[in-house]
Amino acid sequence: MTIMKYGQAVDFAVAEAMAEDDRVVTWGEDVKLIHRDLLVRFGPERVRDTPISESAFLYAGIGAAMTGLRPVVEIMLIDFLPVAWSGIVNAASKFRDFSGGRWEIPLVVRAGCGGWYTDGGQHEQALWGQLAAYPNINVVCPSTPADAAGLMLTAVETDEVVVFLEHQLLSEQWIDFLAGGSRPTVDLDHLIPADGAQGEVPLPLEQVPLGRAAVRREGSDVALISLGVGAHRCMEAAQVLGGSGIDASVLDLRSVSPLDRDAVVDQVRKTRRVVVVDEDYVQGGLSGEIAAVLLEADVAAAYARVAVEGTIPFAPHLEYAALPNVERIVAAAAGLE
Amino acid sequence: MALPKGLDPASAYRTMVRMRLVEEALTQAWADGLVPGEYHSGIGEEGINAGVLAHLSGRDSMALDHRNTSPLVGRGTDITKIMLEVLGSEAGLNLGKAGHMHLMDPSLPAASDGIVGASGPLAVGAAVANQRLNPGRVAVAFHGEAAMNQGMLMESYNLAVAWGLPVIFVCKDSKWSITTYSAEVTGGDLTDRAKAFGLRVRRARGDRVEDVYAAAGDLIRKARIGAGPGFLHVSCHRPAGHFEGDPIVRLLKNPRGQAAEWGPPIVDSVRAQGGGSRSDRAAALTDLAKRGARAARDYTVRSRMDPIRRGRRLLDPASAGRIEAMETIEVETAITVARETVGQRATFGADSGGAR
Repeated sequence: MTIMKYGQAVDFAVAEAMAEDDRVVTWGEDVKLIHRDLLVRFGPERVRDTPISESAFLYAGIGAAMTGLRPVVEIMLIDFLPVAWSGIVNAASKFRDFSGGRWEIPLVVRAGCGGWYTDGGQHEQALWGQLAAYPNINVVCPSTPADAAGLMLTAVETDEVVVFLEHQLLSEQWIDFLAGGSRPTVDLDHLIPADGAQGEVPLPLEQVPLGRAAVRREGSDVALISLGVGAHRCMEAAQVLGGSGIDASVLDLRSVSPLDRDAVVDQVRKTRRVVVVDEDYVQGGLSGEIAAVLLEADVAAAYARVAVEGTIPFAPHLEYAALPNVERIVAAAAGLE
Repeated sequence: MALPKGLDPASAYRTMVRMRLVEEALTQAWADGLVPGEYHSGIGEEGINAGVLAHLSGRDSMALDHRNTSPLVGRGTDITKIMLEVLGSEAGLNLGKAGHMHLMDPSLPAASDGIVGASGPLAVGAAVANQRLNPGRVAVAFHGEAAMNQGMLMESYNLAVAWGLPVIFVCKDSKWSITTYSAEVTGGDLTDRAKAFGLRVRRARGDRVEDVYAAAGDLIRKARIGAGPGFLHVSCHRPAGHFEGDPIVRLLKNPRGQAAEWGPPIVDSVRAQGGGSRSDRAAALTDLAKRGARAARDYTVRSRMDPIRRGRRLLDPASAGRIEAMETIEVETAITVARETVGQRATFGADSGGAR
């Protein structure tokens, strides 16, 4: 066991995988500077800066993965992935099937996602729901350093495509780079979940399986289901709800795809009430998917969702109101029959 | 160089001073914790912005990138409203919904996009509309040299030429792609590249507003009369780095402090078992050192080529002083209003206090 910060844990797992296997390489914008610790250990052949050419360097990752490398392609922020959308939708998602299952694509797409630190509507999206729609694309967003390291290790070692989302509020690297966290005049501590930003990581690293949720808190009255920072907001909401005699469980999905349907069904069977807390858009995504999972499993439950309903506004108080904050979660849970 | 015909040096200087003062007020507000998130200032680009903007009038369109404050200031957008937006107020230019990377002023019209390269296709679209609906109006796309590695911008160059559009691409070449040295990730020469698309190409030095004015004027006049699109390559500098708080700038300003933070993990990684050979690791360290040295040259030495300082020489000191005094009063008034409106919050977030 050792204590690590969230971003450090991700890089630690990438370093372990790179040390283990020469075929693992990484590239992306500013990668040499941001992941300088990887650069100085593995050299500029395996840790490369790219030009600002997302569509080319993502698609190149697919080509490289089909030709023997195991690339970790970093798309700085998930908001920039849409520039390269075809690589995900038409290539990474399809080529294994097109090859009749003969061509594996061991590609990790690593990107920051998520808000709360006020960076505006083009730099704080989650987009995991849309990514999860495509076949053969695994999508994860860890909420703790241990999960960050464990899921990254799995992501690099699996032969499948994994979109690995690092929540920007939890990552000390992104808070420093994007939120101007280096300013002594700014204090984001009241927004950053402390045990998500830093925590124990098992050594040697343990893989965390794709598609396996984690129960963070047991409860009998209502199930709160989320991931990333949302899982921490749910823990806080559960505390508040406990104060009014409502016993909430918290399920941290960790993976959006594959979705741990069994865990969702198990939790909600116990509580018969569920609130999905999603930092992604409300329509066409995770929150609706969970409702479908419950219907398909014939679980009757009172259902509510707290998600992002429009463009994430820039002004801090508007941003806070637009994101799934504790007050919104508590209100939604308390409002269920 | 004799002043180009049509350039009013006092007006150009006033525009540049106003831009600089607004940028300085906002970077100070950022340092004071009043601007949330990122702030990419246009300090160093005033000569480019003022030289190009002097040719725009009426409803010519502007498509801007993440350094959009100065062009809007130069076109006359209310500076208090810009500041309120950047400080995160609902009283801002875009009701607090945009923030500095996405400032929009439909009355000009001017749109900003934080996705690198997106100003190209936006301007192309505006030019198509102008060609059909408002002949004689042009569209200008501002972008950096790093954006020239983005597919959609290159596709826009081609579209502009293929359709003979009234659009001008202004490439502000600071030599840096975020914190990566552009030449390290770019093949060929950028003006050759633009020429190969069939664009009419001019070059200028960004620290000489008169130079930019002359080159831009030629391209914009031709585009206006339907003689096709243009590409203006302008050198500039970026003394504050990519954005406020740029880690390389922090390293240059406080080498000891930054080394204390970055050093130990770097040393651990260089020594770590498993990984690259000794020469891989040496190459990596050289790589980092080179980046630092280049930044030291470009951010500090080259930034002495300041468009404001050079622009001041175009008019007599007394007139320059009067302009500076007047603009200082206006900008100070605006930033005071903006700061008071958001309150002296030390943090942001819902419970951070301050009437916003």
